[in-house]
Amino acid sequence: MSKTLFARGARFAAVVAVCLVAAACSQTRPELSGNSSVAAGSGQDFVVNVGDRVFFLNNQSSLDGSARAVLDKQAVWLKHYKNYSITIEGHADERGTRQYNIALGARRAAAVREYLVAKGISPSRIKTISYGKERPVAVCNANSCWSQNRRAVTVLSGR
Amino acid sequence: MSFVMRLNPMRKTGVKQLWRRACRFVAAAVAVAALSQPAYALIELDITQGNVEPMPIAISPFAGSGLQEDVAGQISSVVAADLQRSGLFRPIDPAAHIQQGMNVGTMPRFGDWRTIGSQALVTGSIAQQANGQIRAEFRLWDVFAGQQLIGQQFFTTPENWRRLAHIISDAIYQRLTGEKGYFDTRVVFIDESGPKDARRKRLAIMDQDGANVRYLTRGDDLVLTPRFSPVSQEVTYMSYVGGNPQVYLFNIETGQREVLGNFPGMTFAPRFSPDGQKVIMSLQQGSNANLYLMDLRTRRTTRLTNTAAIDTSPSFSPDGRQVVFESDRGGSQQLYVMNSNGSGATRISFGPGQYSTPVWSPRGDLIAFTKVHQGRFMIGVIRPDGKGERILTEGYHNEGPAWSPNGRVLTFFRDTVGDQGGPQVWTVDLTGYNEQLVQTPNYASDPAWSPLLD
Repeated sequence: MSKTLFARGARFAAVVAVCLVAAACSQTRPELSGNSSVAAGSGQDFVVNVGDRVFFLNNQSSLDGSARAVLDKQAVWLKHYKNYSITIEGHADERGTRQYNIALGARRAAAVREYLVAKGISPSRIKTISYGKERPVAVCNANSCWSQNRRAVTVLSGR
Repeated sequence: MSFVMRLNPMRKTGVKQLWRRACRFVAAAVAVAALSQPAYALIELDITQGNVEPMPIAISPFAGSGLQEDVAGQISSVVAADLQRSGLFRPIDPAAHIQQGMNVGTMPRFGDWRTIGSQALVTGSIAQQANGQIRAEFRLWDVFAGQQLIGQQFFTTPENWRRLAHIISDAIYQRLTGEKGYFDTRVVFIDESGPKDARRKRLAIMDQDGANVRYLTRGDDLVLTPRFSPVSQEVTYMSYVGGNPQVYLFNIETGQREVLGNFPGMTFAPRFSPDGQKVIMSLQQGSNANLYLMDLRTRRTTRLTNTAAIDTSPSFSPDGRQVVFESDRGGSQQLYVMNSNGSGATRISFGPGQYSTPVWSPRGDLIAFTKVHQGRFMIGVIRPDGKGERILTEGYHNEGPAWSPNGRVLTFFRDTVGDQGGPQVWTVDLTGYNEQLVQTPNYASDPAWSPLLD
């Protein structure tokens, strides 16, 4: 069910991207589904209506379909709101050793960066940083938490 | 019965100067004088065997005159605690001692000490000097031979009493095992406070027994993986200061901090070369981490590995000729040994699971590592040729071993389950039987041992 949704989302985003190329100058807000009470183009808009993070499997840095769908939406949004720069924060779960997780977080951030660049975001707008396993968002000792911590978060700046 | 005294009293030092003077302190305080020939010991502990039966030893509470009565008792207690924690000695409860009230000049009634099963006896006295210093004397006796093995005297300031105790412990350890001790040493580590999802991490230093914790950074910036210089009072570590994670060099005496190198990316996992003149570390570029060497004098950097993989946690062999590191170049984290110029990398770990954080023993004979297998985290050792793997401890999460300077004990951190859980520093000896928690004020991780100050 959710897979179909994401697949549809990806297709939808692709269509929107095409439209945007034509409408780039007209300042139309990207037609991203979601909460319209949030100010378009705000940081909250990005987090709530686009999605600021993608998740990874254990020890992996490859982007699955749902991750690519989120990043497609990020690319559309960022191409519209050009004033923003971004920092991609790469993270790992706590079930690894410290040094390796620093590099693994960097690898995840790099995967997101490459994807966004391929989708047309200028490399000059993107910085990356890895926090390894040092910044968990979920603190239980179960995969339900570890899977939330294996993430790359796109953080807006510079507006 | 008196000592030959040819001692240069140590001048009064401030706390800051203490670090700089640490080595000179020991040199100046060397003392001396044996009453009888300590050329051979009838009692000797063989610590090369797998499982050592601890040697019963009596540490008679040191005698103190005047102001130093409390200090005297504390010094002998710290000596007993050091020896006990090593797992090689079993100090006998002073309440069981038959001969009480001894000072350093008292002749032992050896029969009394044999009766309570003691093989060795330590006596001592602490006295106040006119210049404010304390004079410490101790003797180590062989109870069965009825002879003195060591008689030494030290002068120092009263606030140095813990170091004094550790120096005495080292002397006893060395005389009875034939190997250098590790008690007069410190451990740098990461102090961790606050909730699990907002941990404040500070660079900190303590005595090897957990006493005298001092904070070297304030906790404003994330700091990780400190490593002690083998030759100076310097630490290399990773800091996120300014939002730019890099390897730094920190001088403990001066508090001075400097970034190491001008790399086009994040640097991490630093470690000194055995001569203290170079730092080896990882540089992250895109998806890959490779190993680089930086000469601290010329500031020149040399690239050692060039793979599309994560190469990290490098550690030199004590002769400086080889480097062990972890890499996922083969698909999962494994240990590799290469020449220190980067050539000839050979995989040495082949068991099930992932191997990481290798660190070469200062003796050269073993490499310690973290191993993760089926969700269990273990600390183990393996020979540099990849043979003889032994697991010393395993559980939910054990990570990041570091060697004592004599290569007999490993310190590491153990994390505990739960959202209130956190890491603590432990030690384990090479038998794997003697595990000890190091008490710290907060959670603590990434312990790294200083060299023995001599």
